[in-house]
Formats: sequence, C-alpha cells, structure tokens
Amino acid sequence: MRYLALIYDNEAAYAAWSEEARVAEYQAYNNFGAEQAQFLGGGKALQPSNTATTVRVRDGKTLTTDGPFAETKDQIGGYYLLNCKDLDEAIEVAAKIPSATHGAVEIRPVLEFD
Amino acid sequence: MDSIQQAVSETFAREASRILAALIGSVRDFELAEDALQDALLVALERWAVDGIPRNPGAWLMTVTRRKALDRLRRKNTLAHKQVQLQELLEQEQPGGEDMEDTAIPDERLKLMFTCCHPALGLEAQIALTLHTLGGLSTPEIASAFLVPVPTMAQRLVRAKRKIRDAGIPYRVPESRVLGERVDAVLHVLYLIFNEGYAAMAGSELIRRELCDESIRLARLMAQLLIQESLASEVPEALGLLALLLLHDSRREARVGEDGELVLLEDQERVRWDQQKIEEGKRILERALSMRRAGPYQIQAAISALHAQARQPEETDWPQISALYRVLMVMTPSPIIELNRAVAVAMADGPLQGLRLLEQGNLKKELSDYYLFHAAQADLLRRAGRMRDARDAYMQAYQLCANERERAFLERRLREVVVQITEEGDA
Repeated sequence: MRYLALIYDNEAAYAAWSEEARVAEYQAYNNFGAEQAQFLGGGKALQPSNTATTVRVRDGKTLTTDGPFAETKDQIGGYYLLNCKDLDEAIEVAAKIPSATHGAVEIRPVLEFD
Repeated sequence: MDSIQQAVSETFAREASRILAALIGSVRDFELAEDALQDALLVALERWAVDGIPRNPGAWLMTVTRRKALDRLRRKNTLAHKQVQLQELLEQEQPGGEDMEDTAIPDERLKLMFTCCHPALGLEAQIALTLHTLGGLSTPEIASAFLVPVPTMAQRLVRAKRKIRDAGIPYRVPESRVLGERVDAVLHVLYLIFNEGYAAMAGSELIRRELCDESIRLARLMAQLLIQESLASEVPEALGLLALLLLHDSRREARVGEDGELVLLEDQERVRWDQQKIEEGKRILERALSMRRAGPYQIQAAISALHAQARQPEETDWPQISALYRVLMVMTPSPIIELNRAVAVAMADGPLQGLRLLEQGNLKKELSDYYLFHAAQADLLRRAGRMRDARDAYMQAYQLCANERERAFLERRLREVVVQITEEGDA
C-alpha cells in the first residue's frame, strides 16, 4: 500500500532553534532517507508556510489568498510517499521521521484507482 | 422449524467469531465476511429443515460462508485486488467440497483481537468492534449497553470496519517489537468492557451482566490463544486480567443493595460472594504469578484475592495489600493508586500514617476535584479524632459529589461529626 506521510512542525519553535540543532536535524533527515530508502517513494521538504498561497475558483473567478489553507499551531513542513505492506509498517517508518519526536506525522493511505 | 432455528442460532453463537476470523483472514474485508455469514445463515435455515442438521454444523457453516463470499466477490465485477481475494478463497475450496464436515475451522481469532483493538481505531470503536465481531453482540445490544442510539453505534461500527480496510490496518499477530503494547491494548479493551458492565450504573441489568460475562469469556480466550501461539511473555498478564475479572465478578451480587445502591466492600454480606469464581480466580492468579513476570493486572488481582480471602472485614491482610499497592505504584504510578495505597496503609498502620501519605507531594493538588479523595481524607481524620478537620473535608467531598446516594452517605457522616464536635464543646 502507499501512504502519504504529512510532516507537521511548529515553525515558530523551529525559528528559535540553534544553528547546531538545525544541522543535527538536517543530518537526521539525511540518515532517515538513507536508512529507510526501501520504503520511500519520494518526499520533499517545503518552504515555510508564510510562502504559501491558497487558491480557490468560484463562479469562474480565481481567488488567491496569502497564507496556508488552515491556520494552525503546527504547519506542514514536508512529506514522504511511503510504500509499505500495511499500516503497522507505515507507523513504524513514520515513527522514525525526525519530526515525529517534536512535531507530528499524519499518515494517510493513498486512494488507488485500479 | 423451531428446533432448526435453535440449531442455527446455537451454531452461530458458538462458531461465528471463528468463522469470521478465518474468512477475514482470506478476504481482508469485515463487511464482506459478515454479509457472507448472514447469507450462509439463511441457507442453513432452509437446507437444514430439508436435509437435517449436518454432522458438524460449524464446518458446514464455514464452507457455505466461504462460498457465499466467493459469490459476492464474483458478482462485484472482479477488480484487480479482488482477484487476490478470489484466488485465496478458491485455493481453500477442496475438490468435492460438499463434504468438508470433518475439516476443523482454523482459529484465527487472535489476529482478529489485534485488529479490533488496533490503536489506529478510536477506543470506543475498538470496544464496539470487539463486542460485535468477537463477542457476537448485535448492534442494538451494544448500543443499549453504551446508551447511544442504534444508528450511532451502527455508524461507529461501519466506520471502523472501513478504516481497517482502507487504511490497511493489518490482520496479523504484531511483530515482537510492538507485541507487548498491542497485547496491553487488547487487555485494556477487555478491562473496559468489564468495567462498563460492573461499575457503570447505566444500561439494563441484563445487558450489563452480559458485558461482564463476555469480557471474562474473551479474556479467557485471549489467554488461551496466546498460549497456543507460544507467546509466553504475554501470557502472565492475560491470565492476571482473567483472574482480576473473576475475582471482581465474584462480588457482583453482594455489591448492590436491595434498592440498587452500591454497598461498600466492608459492608458487603460476604456469604453472598461467589466462592467458585473466587477459587478459579485464585487458581489462575497463582498460575500467572508462577511464570515470574509480574504486571499491573496480576498485582491488582492479588489485591482482590486478599480481600476475597477475608471472611470478615477485620481479617483483611492490610499490610500485604498496602505492600502490593506500593508495587503497583512503581509499575503504573497514578494518583488514584496512591490514594488507594494511603487508605490501605491507614488500615494497616493507623489513620495517621495514611494521612501522612495523603498530604505528601502533589497528591492533594492532583485530586483536589475528586470527591473520593476528600471523603477518604475525612474518614481518616475522623478516625484520628480530628473532628473539625474531618468536618471540613466531608463538606468538600459533599460539594464535589454528584451521586445522590453517595451524597446521602456523606451527609450522614457529616452530621455524626458535627454532633461529636458539639458534645466535645459542651464537655
């Protein structure tokens, strides 16, 4: 099965991190990518949510607003696509994503059309 | 016709969970498996009336249920992933399958336990699903036990089954890394089912009794299945839970008075305790403890067994009980356990020792809204002769307590204390 792992972090808290801590986090993500490569079908980190633009089309008109769709305490900072045999395996991989220890990871099964 | 109906419903009661477990193992779809079983029950009603009751009704029902699942899959216009399910089912079909009556139904109920109690499902859904799929309780029965409308409960069950299918919640015994916590999750669900039947005053007496009986039956099954699968490390706590439930259940008749009010342990008529359940509980607990892997359920069962052994409240081995609470505190620290320990210590070493524990650390702050804390403290103060402090504590307990009968009890105590204070003042 395929799952999308949505990685949530508190950007405000991250902004206060020391340079050292950020480098360590970056390293941790690199290690995760290498160690769990067999389960990963791609994934990216995203620019902070203040770069987000939300788009809606109503009555044929495109409306754009500044900022993310939902204002929440934690913001989506990146994602992975996971290839796992079942939810238990996906939970195990998600638990190793570095942000799981300070933010949260939401795993959603991909809707497959077959 | 009546005897046929009875035979079908008895077979259903005895074999449904085993058949569902086996079929879900092949088709990975709760709803499909349940629908197929319903189809098969209808066929059984017709055929058994004509051909007679089969030699092995359970195996007969399994075979027909599997065929009905096949029919349903074929009708569903085979999508790619349905092919896999079809293949699995076809492989199980044996040549001349009409006479599969001697083949035993494989027991896959342990996997079903883990799936129903998977932490990716909400706790309420876990409880409902376990009662429905493993316990064979109907949706209206579960709804009435938890005081929710039937459509709400039906919706809860459907959502849970779909999440299992769509989110890929596995149908297998968890890997050893997570086995311990997943077994705990199952035991916790069974414990909650028992509690709903035992402690809560909601729902009819009949349904609540059924919840207790069902949780004991499932705890027994869980222990058996873990033993069969040689998962030795997990057996002691499963047995511990079973012992705990049996020991609690032995007091079921004595703990409710004539007007439906709760009777405290020390006021219960001990001759009304069910000795058979006590003996069985103690036997199972001994077996668990002999495996030398103590856990919270075993310790709680040991405390319950000590109460059960005392023929009079005065015979209670309070020093031993307070020592066990101390062990429990180390395993699963919680303010409620600390409160219980303080009460046990007071019984063993006198009220002042108990009061000392109540006043230690953060306990008072953590339980400041909990009326039983103030009631326990008031009781110890009263026994220590500190009547004015006792009065204040009873007042607090009274104000926090929402239960009518408990309030009446606290009010009675409060009056007694006030009378004593007045008499002392006069003296």
